Amino acid sequence: MDFILSALDYLLGIPVLGWGVQVGLIYKALLLLVGLLIFTAFILLADRKIWAAVQLRRGPNVVGPFGLLQSFADLLKFALKEAVIPGGADKVLFLLAPLITATLALAGWAVIPVDAGLAIGNVNLGILYLLAISSLGVYGVIIGGWASNSKYPFLGSLRSAAQMVSYEVSIGLVIITVLLCVGSLNLQDIVVAQQEMGLAHTLGVPWLSFLNWFWLPLFPMFVVFYISALAETNRPPFDLVEGESELVAGFMTEYSATPYLLFMLGEYISILLMCAMTTILFLGGWASPIDLPPFTWIPGLVWFFIKVSMVFFMFAMAKAIVPRYRYDQLMRIGWKLFLPLSLAMVIIVAFVLQLTGWGWHGGMA
Amino acid sequence: MTLPLFFFYLFSAIAIVSAVMVISARNPVHAVLFLILAFFNASGLFMLAGAEFLALLLIVVYVGAVAVLFLFVVMMLDVDFTSMRSGFLQYAPVGVVVGLVLLLELLLLAGSFVISPEAASGSALPIDGTVDNMTAIGLVLYTRYIFLFQGAGAVLLVAMIGAIVLTLRHKSNVKRQNPIDQVARRASETLQVVKVKSGQGL
Repeated sequence: MDFILSALDYLLGIPVLGWGVQVGLIYKALLLLVGLLIFTAFILLADRKIWAAVQLRRGPNVVGPFGLLQSFADLLKFALKEAVIPGGADKVLFLLAPLITATLALAGWAVIPVDAGLAIGNVNLGILYLLAISSLGVYGVIIGGWASNSKYPFLGSLRSAAQMVSYEVSIGLVIITVLLCVGSLNLQDIVVAQQEMGLAHTLGVPWLSFLNWFWLPLFPMFVVFYISALAETNRPPFDLVEGESELVAGFMTEYSATPYLLFMLGEYISILLMCAMTTILFLGGWASPIDLPPFTWIPGLVWFFIKVSMVFFMFAMAKAIVPRYRYDQLMRIGWKLFLPLSLAMVIIVAFVLQLTGWGWHGGMA
Repeated sequence: MTLPLFFFYLFSAIAIVSAVMVISARNPVHAVLFLILAFFNASGLFMLAGAEFLALLLIVVYVGAVAVLFLFVVMMLDVDFTSMRSGFLQYAPVGVVVGLVLLLELLLLAGSFVISPEAASGSALPIDGTVDNMTAIGLVLYTRYIFLFQGAGAVLLVAMIGAIVLTLRHKSNVKRQNPIDQVARRASETLQVVKVKSGQGL
């Protein structure tokens, strides 16, 4: 009985009402979930608007003022339509695949610190957890493509399997270079390390805190991470998984209605997860770019989402500007360019840190 | 019953059931997916045992990379399972004999198995509760076991090079592209603008 009570307290406790000793996990999770879904809805709209603006179109502008409610109208449409399951499909796996994609994308957000101390789980191995979650994202795509029992989805899923496994390697190595500088796998520590050391402190102007962040000393890794994140989330110009000129819609060809909605949602949330990872690893997380009063009045949560939106803007611009890569060139960049480059940087960074004694070392200097 | 115990039984039960399903599933893709589920629950068990680094590493390496390639290959194989099952009764006696021998050996071993007093006392590597998992592994892996660690790395490197050598074929009749040449090309070197007078041609 005791363990059931403690579990209930852990999940549903409301200390204000004198029930339990801690705020229940479910409330925090629901708050994050709802906030994230609304953010995703507007990010989806922003993606379409930016794309349209680059091509001198207006984009969605009918539903609500400036088309602001377009995503919600789409949601309603997807939810109300009939989900068609192809005749030869593996029914269970066919419906499981979008669920896996959406669940994994959301699960990654559990460890993201959106402000100092504001994370659902402040785990010690946070960044490894994120790496694990993002490496699992490929399953939704593969299973969906195979279970559709159709040629285009299958080709799309095979492509994605090779692509995501390839780019995961360079993402892992980039993360290792950051970890070498920080000396901890905790995401909060990574952000704190970027506040407490760096170029601005060396130059004696600690209020210019954006110079402290890792994008500056690790600039090549920042670029590699950005491009690998595009490839890992199947964003254009690396969206060969669903390249519509070759594969109709790739692994999503046979999907409709709510399963399709879940795929779409999972894709955008994992893109946001990658943006959040970029923010935490290279752009100082929730820290304000200039450590002076008008900027420090804005709460860290707002800074965090401003930065995530900025990184997403770069993702959206890449989609609008860059033409799609050819598949062999994609593989070439991954294995012949990024892998040696990031591997060399791991060794160089390790040597520099060892010889000069830089690095955060868990705040012990 | 405590919460960890509950999860231990949950993870173990799912791991065992999915392990059984790996060998009994009719569809090979389903078998691989059950294998992945078994990996996942094994990593959950690692997590419960306090080895969170190993747990996450298991997911990153086995579930995230190895099993993906596994699935990749199995999906592309066109396995006809009815023909494979037709010989089941023919091979069953041999399988049963091998299984029985293995079981007997395991039982004999279990009977005579003693844990060495040195290992039991934990004197070889005392567990330090003050450092976290990853620091503890790093501290012994890169000091005490550095040669074994490097040796394992060398073995993997040799295996990797071997795999590349076995599969790499230079075909002479394949036209290869050199991206550097392509990018370095200038319009002045390759293009010639010709004004053609109408009615005359070149």
